[in-house]
Amino acid sequence: MEAFLLPSPLQVAKSFLTEFPALMSHSLITLSEAFTGLGLGILLGFFMAVIMDRFEILYQAFYPLVILTQTVPTVAIAPLLVLWFGYEMAPKVILIVITTFFPITIGLLTGFRSADPDAVSLLRAMGAGQGQIFLYIKLPGALEQFFSGLRISASYAVVGAVISEWLGGFGGLGVYMTRVKKAFAFDKMFAVIFLVSAISLLLMNGVELLQKLCMPWKRRE
Amino acid sequence: MAILRVDGVTKSFHGSKIIEDVSLELREGELVSLLGVSGGGKTTLFNIIAGLSQPEEGKVFLGGSDVTGKPGQISYMLQKDLLLPYRTVEDNVALPLLVKGMKKADARQKVSGYFEKFGLEGTQKKYPSQLSGGMKQRAALLRTYLFSARVALLDEPFSALDMLTKSAIHEWYLQVMEKIRLSTLFVTHDIDEAVLLSDRVCLLTGKPGRITKEIHICEPRPRTKEFALSERFLEYKRQILYYLEDIPPLRGFL
Repeated sequence: MEAFLLPSPLQVAKSFLTEFPALMSHSLITLSEAFTGLGLGILLGFFMAVIMDRFEILYQAFYPLVILTQTVPTVAIAPLLVLWFGYEMAPKVILIVITTFFPITIGLLTGFRSADPDAVSLLRAMGAGQGQIFLYIKLPGALEQFFSGLRISASYAVVGAVISEWLGGFGGLGVYMTRVKKAFAFDKMFAVIFLVSAISLLLMNGVELLQKLCMPWKRRE
Repeated sequence: MAILRVDGVTKSFHGSKIIEDVSLELREGELVSLLGVSGGGKTTLFNIIAGLSQPEEGKVFLGGSDVTGKPGQISYMLQKDLLLPYRTVEDNVALPLLVKGMKKADARQKVSGYFEKFGLEGTQKKYPSQLSGGMKQRAALLRTYLFSARVALLDEPFSALDMLTKSAIHEWYLQVMEKIRLSTLFVTHDIDEAVLLSDRVCLLTGKPGRITKEIHICEPRPRTKEFALSERFLEYKRQILYYLEDIPPLRGFL
């Protein structure tokens, strides 16, 4: 096989270093999309989980819809989003929100619903209202599932940003990827693939760190 | 003067009566046990007294005012300690104060004074998973006490503990109660426990459950473990067993 089709690790490392400034500026664009999308995804996911937990009728109404959003292939809707919202940040963020809110919603819902009914009764006996039961029992009880969901969402956010950039954009690692592919620069292609998975990995570790900070009782067990 | 009065309470589930015309009184500083088999309606009665469910007939009065179906007046404690794993012991214990709207710092300040009294000193900053079973029950009892120093409902609080821990916690309980004199309604299916701790034992038997007998444990306090090994203790136990066995529907259980 030709060396340019399957470059050696050394070649990949070399091009990673020479392309480093370009890679970093593209990363910045991708990361800002990923973080904006993830942030909004968390907000949407949290909101959906709370209202679906609180009102059974909304649970019945939204659950199938929420599932449906995940059965539509991302690559299929991305071009449509570009068509409707242009080449700027908006379509990318929307795509990321669609992919990231789901693990958050499902994680939180599972957590909320697994609250011990006896603990809820105890708080009710103390005279607690729905808000206090949520604050003292449901929310902290769902943290573990929330973080499991967040870990998945964080990696989805980066991948989602890259995929949406493939289909149109002025910058970002996805745009860079399509460019080097068209130039048959596969060493650079591998360098950017490496960078994307490194970023995902870092984000997931970041989430784990955050989880440890937020759940100190788990550390002392 | 009775601090808690349950007056003719009846409750059914799915058309069948669980408890019927149950009345009892708890006087200030008294410990009354409700003794009966599991599934005999004790927990149903507790939920009604705690205001979590509404009886079909009858009323619950606390200090003279009607509290039927009104939670937030009387707290209870279950077999499960229900300490929240993500809160430190002090924050768990302070929970009823926070629910009532007290500020966190004030609540912590208030609860800190009780840790020694309840034999919990040094556990304030620990998490429940770091405590032994007996200590968890103590913390749960302190939380119950801080909720309402007037009346406590304890639903088989020590029945999940092993025999030695249970025996140690009985001794501890008698000592602490000597100091704080909490008016307590205590559910149990353990006859020894009922006799050891109570001023009165009410037998809740039959289907639907009714209070069929009340036995006064006229034994001076402070009581010790010695009492549990005495002839008098056996006499009370014999009496209770006699009444329980005398009731036809229960014969199968004993």
